Amino acid sequence: MTGFDFPGLLAFWGKRSDDILTLVGEHLLVVAIALLLATVIGVGVGLLVWNSPVGRSLAVTSAAVILTIPSLALLAAMIPLFGLGWVPTLIGLTLYSLLPIIRNTVVGLREVSPAIMESATGMGLAPGAVLLRIQLPMAWPVIVTGVRVAAQLTIGIAAIGAYVGGPGLGQMIFQGLSSLGSKNALNYALTGTLCVIILALIVDGLFTLITRYTTSKGLRA
Amino acid sequence: MTDPTTDTGGSRILGGRPSEATIRTTTTITTVKNTSGAHIELKNVNKVYGDQAVAAVENFSMNVNPGELVMFVGPSGCGKTTTMKMINRIIEPTSGSITVDGREVLSLDPNELRRHIGYVIQQIGLFPHMTIAENISVVPKLLGWSKEKTKNRVDELLSVVQLDPRTFAGRYPKQLSGGQQQRVGVARALAADPPVMLMDEPFGATDPITREKLQVEFLRLQETIGKTIIFVTHDFDEAVRLGDRIAVLSDRSKIEQFDTPANILRAPANDYVASFIGHGAALKRLALIPLHDALLGRAADARGTASVVETDSLRDALDLLVLTGLPAIAVTDAAGRTVASVSVEQISAELGEDSGGLPERSEARS
Repeated sequence: MTGFDFPGLLAFWGKRSDDILTLVGEHLLVVAIALLLATVIGVGVGLLVWNSPVGRSLAVTSAAVILTIPSLALLAAMIPLFGLGWVPTLIGLTLYSLLPIIRNTVVGLREVSPAIMESATGMGLAPGAVLLRIQLPMAWPVIVTGVRVAAQLTIGIAAIGAYVGGPGLGQMIFQGLSSLGSKNALNYALTGTLCVIILALIVDGLFTLITRYTTSKGLRA
Repeated sequence: MTDPTTDTGGSRILGGRPSEATIRTTTTITTVKNTSGAHIELKNVNKVYGDQAVAAVENFSMNVNPGELVMFVGPSGCGKTTTMKMINRIIEPTSGSITVDGREVLSLDPNELRRHIGYVIQQIGLFPHMTIAENISVVPKLLGWSKEKTKNRVDELLSVVQLDPRTFAGRYPKQLSGGQQQRVGVARALAADPPVMLMDEPFGATDPITREKLQVEFLRLQETIGKTIIFVTHDFDEAVRLGDRIAVLSDRSKIEQFDTPANILRAPANDYVASFIGHGAALKRLALIPLHDALLGRAADARGTASVVETDSLRDALDLLVLTGLPAIAVTDAAGRTVASVSVEQISAELGEDSGGLPERSEARS
């Protein structure tokens, strides 16, 4: 194994900058699409089950079980169904994102005080309107926090997507790992890992802004 | 349910409050009140919860006149809130009939019904993610009012509850004090000009000073809007101060007495009611009688420099008499001219005359 060579790493970045940026872009895209899908599904499921004790424990427990499946195993299991590439990666990431989103949606909707629910009902809002116009906006900051947790989770897991031919920085890490001993092996693995970490930090910061601009001023602390 | 603006001839004598200016008044006290309220009738209403053997509300019947402010008073758990909440079907009655202006409440769509019944609860329940203006606009929007009409109504209502629309319309509930939030709660309930208001201890969570201020404002407001109001409280003094009539309730929402504050204070129907009034029934009655309603002495009899205004209550006068130790003090009109005098004897006589002889019960307790 070759030792760490910092000037060599810099030279590697200079030479491969186009590749690195493409992979960062892919990584971000696959995470973003998965989060979007998981948010739509997770919030939808949350809205359906929040008020049913059986429904919500079923939903939360199922999502929790999915999260316990090792990512490598889950991705591999999807190869016979969806082949290689983007699709199994997207599906895997979406499934992993469901737990924090469903759980936070249910918690957020249930946190709305009975007094507010009663005054909404007393004003003549139908149950659906109470849910969508009162509870959902009030639960929104909690839901966004769930999506944020899911983002952290999936940015890491997305790297493993390369195992099933998925897009993103995982390709770089796997290339490094599979060519151990070669000149650029460490540079590949190190660059991929560093980019994943930096991406996670940037996305987390982004969510601070998203929370801020999508939450009513009346709900901010 | 459309807005049934019931015109009961434009005039109404207020139950427990000054009815006529009887003596030495220079200003005419108006008893004319515009009533936009509806008539409410509850007939043999029962509420039994699930498997419980004992009813929460048993055979409750009551007539509430248009524009009347009826107070439900009783201890916690007596069913007063349950009874009130059956009117807008937050709680569904097990049996019986409830009509608002002759229409059977149980036959109406509950959401449509509730849009025409103002509802104020103790915790207020303002929507924290909406501005004050948005909170008040919820029902008008549901009813399909135009933007223009809704905005004007919001401004009007904020002014009515003494909050400057320019300052408060764009604020969020958390930026308001408890008293201000409670005012917004009342404004929101009034948004679509409902003929009926249901109020569940609306001032219960505020501090005593704010509460008294809100009560005074609320009375003044009710003078002009004349809604039919059911007001639940466990505070008998609040009931006396605000109510046209008071229903004293015991377990299973049984009506122990239903009468004007003055009549209940003068002649409690039984020991239960008497215990609810507590001590000092005579003083509470004095607080209900303004000086211009009482038979007073000559202006020349007044001693000292202390004086009360004729719109003050006999209780205020007694307070000053005790404080100064004078035999009689001056009563002035709004312009500050002495128009009469009042002494302890005259105050006592007023209580005796008002009650038509000394009542056994209040006598026995004092």
